[in-house]
Amino acid sequence: MSIVETRILLRHANDPELATIDGYRSHGGYSTLEKAYDDLEPDTIVHELEESGLRGRGGAGFSMGKKVSFLPHGNQTKYLCCNADESEPGAFKDRELMQRNPHQLIEGIVIASYAAGISHAFIFIRGEYDIQADILDQAVAEAYEAGYLGKNILGSGHNLELVVHRGAGAYICGEETALLDALEGKRGNPRLKPPFPAVQGLYGGPTLINNVETLSNVSHIVANGADWFKSFGTEQSPGTKVVSISGGVRRPGNYEVELGVSLRDLIYGLAGGPLDGREVKAFYPGGSSSPVLTPAELDLPYSFEAMAEAGSMLGSGSIIVADDSVSIPHMALRTARFYHHESCGKCTPCREGTYWTVKMLERVVRGEATPMDLDIITSVQQNIIGHCLCVLGDSMAMPVSAMVNKFRNEFEEVIAHAAINGLPTTDGREAQEDGVEPGPGGVGLEVLRRERLMGRPLPESPQAAEEMPRA
Amino acid sequence: MDDFTPTEDFISPGLPVDQANTTGREPLGDPQEVPELSEVDCPDELREAIEASMALYPDHKSASIPALWAVQRTYGWCTPEGMRQAAAVMKVTPAYLESVASFYDLFRLQPSGESQVLVCTNISCWMRGGDELLDAFCEASGADRGEAGHGGAMSADGEIMISGFECLGACDLAPMASVNERYFGPLEPADAKTAINQLRTGEDVLPDKLLAARPLPGGDQESSDERLTSSKGPNR
Repeated sequence: MSIVETRILLRHANDPELATIDGYRSHGGYSTLEKAYDDLEPDTIVHELEESGLRGRGGAGFSMGKKVSFLPHGNQTKYLCCNADESEPGAFKDRELMQRNPHQLIEGIVIASYAAGISHAFIFIRGEYDIQADILDQAVAEAYEAGYLGKNILGSGHNLELVVHRGAGAYICGEETALLDALEGKRGNPRLKPPFPAVQGLYGGPTLINNVETLSNVSHIVANGADWFKSFGTEQSPGTKVVSISGGVRRPGNYEVELGVSLRDLIYGLAGGPLDGREVKAFYPGGSSSPVLTPAELDLPYSFEAMAEAGSMLGSGSIIVADDSVSIPHMALRTARFYHHESCGKCTPCREGTYWTVKMLERVVRGEATPMDLDIITSVQQNIIGHCLCVLGDSMAMPVSAMVNKFRNEFEEVIAHAAINGLPTTDGREAQEDGVEPGPGGVGLEVLRRERLMGRPLPESPQAAEEMPRA
Repeated sequence: MDDFTPTEDFISPGLPVDQANTTGREPLGDPQEVPELSEVDCPDELREAIEASMALYPDHKSASIPALWAVQRTYGWCTPEGMRQAAAVMKVTPAYLESVASFYDLFRLQPSGESQVLVCTNISCWMRGGDELLDAFCEASGADRGEAGHGGAMSADGEIMISGFECLGACDLAPMASVNERYFGPLEPADAKTAINQLRTGEDVLPDKLLAARPLPGGDQESSDERLTSSKGPNR
């Protein structure tokens, strides 16, 4: 294995003591916070964060320092929300960071709040992460007791209340404005932007929203300076990234690497490559909402800019590997079902678009579709992208379009094969596909399907050769 | 429909009537009226838990999700009575809390037994056998597989809820399941039977498959990178 991890955030993470305040302190924890309150002006910290080029680790990749600088100055009540509602299929890095090193996150939150003059902070953690929320509750209580939270922190005059808020199972709450609504005790529906949360967010006040991993980086940057941070990673993507690798690989899990390492090193080096006798067929480079890439793109560097250039995105840094046993149309259906289930229903293109995409993909795997339907699927996706308040619909539209475009042959094969043989193709798993009845129902349907498929090239099948009139 | 009196020659068109499924959760009293605390008989423990949550937020409505968690902890699911009690404590309408509860997947609006098993069937788990794992849990518990894949099904004895679920954020454990809010994986279909038996006898469930017991996949790594070893930040 030629590649080693570069652990900043996950250093010593296997030590269970690190989750306690004493363990964290014994590794130099909270010394940066003390230094910040003693020696550093808030503006210096904001400047340092901006200089470091730290980009948001939750998906959008927006500069964290810029976000802080957008908050208005002045005495109004400002809020910080740490987005720990990690619910994207493929992403599980925040779970690891909160479970193994909760104080690193708390220290980052306190320093960021001090820099931006924030007096109320919340960690919005998804409801399923019960044990991680307990760990955070415990850590927050320890930090209060040590005087790192509460009134007049370390005699500085800065007050900060930190509350761990458990969600209750809704992917949409990871969207920043939906998160605000959920935190205000409502249904988690996204809001119209602008006004952006930095201007008018939680309870109408200016609000800074950052991901767990982004905030966990703060104390490291403040302690070591922007230049130190920029010595990791690439010019446009400085720093390290905790990458969640899952799917058809030997060693799935979280690996922390410098941004800019090659995808091949990540998938074959760290995660051990595909399972025995399998090959990589496609992979999502940044969670289920990123357009899939193919093995031809394995040698690209893993950075925000390289992924964008390849027509995909780094997103939350979650790689899902599909090996050659996976049927891409079925993977598209799974992806679409997730977004259909999680759509909040506020905007029509997303609510209806996800619903119809699922219906159409079900027809594809049942063999009731024609290749023309693939064009309709693509056009539906184009009518979702950019037409909603938030990007949930886009998150389905982008990977589904990419799958249809890059693997169109496979979609057509599945349609044709299912139409003739009445059973889905490529592997045994689809036959039990939940909610999809395998095979044609009766002669009438079969004739209808064949008529629809007339003039289309079909795979060789003795049955088809006899019965199919070719155009 | 009260003001509609059909004439004698009226013939019903026989259209299907759209009836909401409200089994077990017909509203009590007027859902649009804030109930008085004195008329709901709220247990002290529940009231105190909700009041403690309300004190944490600048706006007391923010406590609606924590309040519903408290109701679910007290009664096992979000009962109409429980939501009415929470509404009285929070001074909001029961309809408001119901609207919040019905939005979030983890709030159960129907009785759901002593234990809940959520089996992930999303992309990564599906690739590694999540559907087969859900099959196995259904078979071991006698729950209906079709219903389990669409919102959850009760085991034959009504004690365990089995539900297919969207990504639980543990794709490294694929295929995995969350049993009573603890994560387990990677699981074999055979583990389902063991887990169900352990739930029924009250033993610890699959102790060696618990998420908390797992180290990082890369093991302990100490890098000789100067930038890391000389860091002045945390994790030194």
